[in-house]
Amino acid sequence: MNLNLKLKVWRQRDPNTRGKFVNYQLKNISTDSSFLEMLDVLNEELITKGEEPVIYDHDCREGICGACGLYINGRPHGPDSLITVCQLHMRKFKNGDTIVIEPWRARAFPVIRDLMVDRNAFDKLIQEGGYVSVNTGSAPDANGIPVKKEKAELSMDAAACIGCGACVAACKNASAMLFVGAKISHLTLLPQGKVEARDRVLDMVTKMDELGFGSCTNTGACEAECPKGIKLTNIARLNREYYTALV
Amino acid sequence: MSGIFTSSLGKKLLMSLAGIFLIVFLLVHMGLNLLLIIYEDPMVYNKVAHFMSSSILIKIFEIILFGGFLLHIIYALILQIQNWIARPSRYNKANYSNTSFFSKFMIHTAIITLTFLVIHMMDFYIKAKLGHASEIIVDGVVYHDFVSEVVDKFKILPFVIFYIAAFVFLGFHLMHGFQSAFKTLGMDNRKYTPVIQVLAIFYCTLVVAGYSIIPVIIYFS
Repeated sequence: MNLNLKLKVWRQRDPNTRGKFVNYQLKNISTDSSFLEMLDVLNEELITKGEEPVIYDHDCREGICGACGLYINGRPHGPDSLITVCQLHMRKFKNGDTIVIEPWRARAFPVIRDLMVDRNAFDKLIQEGGYVSVNTGSAPDANGIPVKKEKAELSMDAAACIGCGACVAACKNASAMLFVGAKISHLTLLPQGKVEARDRVLDMVTKMDELGFGSCTNTGACEAECPKGIKLTNIARLNREYYTALV
Repeated sequence: MSGIFTSSLGKKLLMSLAGIFLIVFLLVHMGLNLLLIIYEDPMVYNKVAHFMSSSILIKIFEIILFGGFLLHIIYALILQIQNWIARPSRYNKANYSNTSFFSKFMIHTAIITLTFLVIHMMDFYIKAKLGHASEIIVDGVVYHDFVSEVVDKFKILPFVIFYIAAFVFLGFHLMHGFQSAFKTLGMDNRKYTPVIQVLAIFYCTLVVAGYSIIPVIIYFS
């Protein structure tokens, strides 16, 4: 069955202009199409009518790059779990539904245009310590450096973060602690990341505050909305690492 | 080390430590209050209250307690304001459905608790300090007659309702605060978190029931 929908989309010309919601009617949308394909249909119609298309971020459309970040009906990445918007399908909606589409809203993520936000703040956080300063050379022997299985698994779980920003968007405080926590776990749990562990956590937390992110109140919204299922326990590890680094 | 006072994580650490301290204090205070209904003789409670106001050790503890309250309240306010600033424009439609229920209302339950605290301090602590509390003399020693003060208060139905309501809201505050404090301290894993969550429910029920039973018994006695 195809859907007739009412869209309420945030339109904003540039970062300095006030944005507003604009209503659009869409007819005959296939339930098999993805959410982004539905937006493509809308944009085709707008272009045909000579209007400006809705600007939104997207890249791989395979759920692995984290570019498509939209706040749909009150939830980052829309009404489904463990997915990005490109993996959201229109079968999750009903005929006649009104869909409210907003950009991520956070001081650290200013709107560039319409639904596209500037997520450079995450890159700045990575620049503060989301790396290891070792000459990696060619691929090392598989077990050249012994790593406990449990730690390797936890590190790999944290490394699944795609930096989409849904944690910031979901958090009522616009906190980036799940993102930073994931980076700390990813690197600090491994021997290669130990050398810079102290500086990494101190610098990343300082930068996080400087960029205007809020702080974690352990509500669990980030974990629930993360498309890669990054756990809240990473925030506890970030806390432990930070306190240890302070003394 | 300066990061403990300036960074968001440092402020959260101090706030959670103060919170855990206040959680322990609530139990001690409840234990003392329950003397009111455990012993028929009102002088038991009055004598304990007298000891609490005359012991040097308790005086020192009183200063630490005020410090704990101030630390918790001031850092909570600073963090809350910073968190509001972090999202200058709100979502048009935000259901926050995946945000744990009690955590959504921490600032609201905190304001209710603070209002109760101010009234409580004016009713008992300040009144006693200014010497306006009624007195009773036993064996030549002057005691503040807190028991009659309490009984007078708890015979007024609106006051009883307000008192119980305040503790129910404090219970809501602690349902999130209790386990959140441990997470902020870095204690969150598959083994301990479920235990802490059960403890939080047990603690909150105990505190709300323990404090609320006193006005109920006095009102109906």
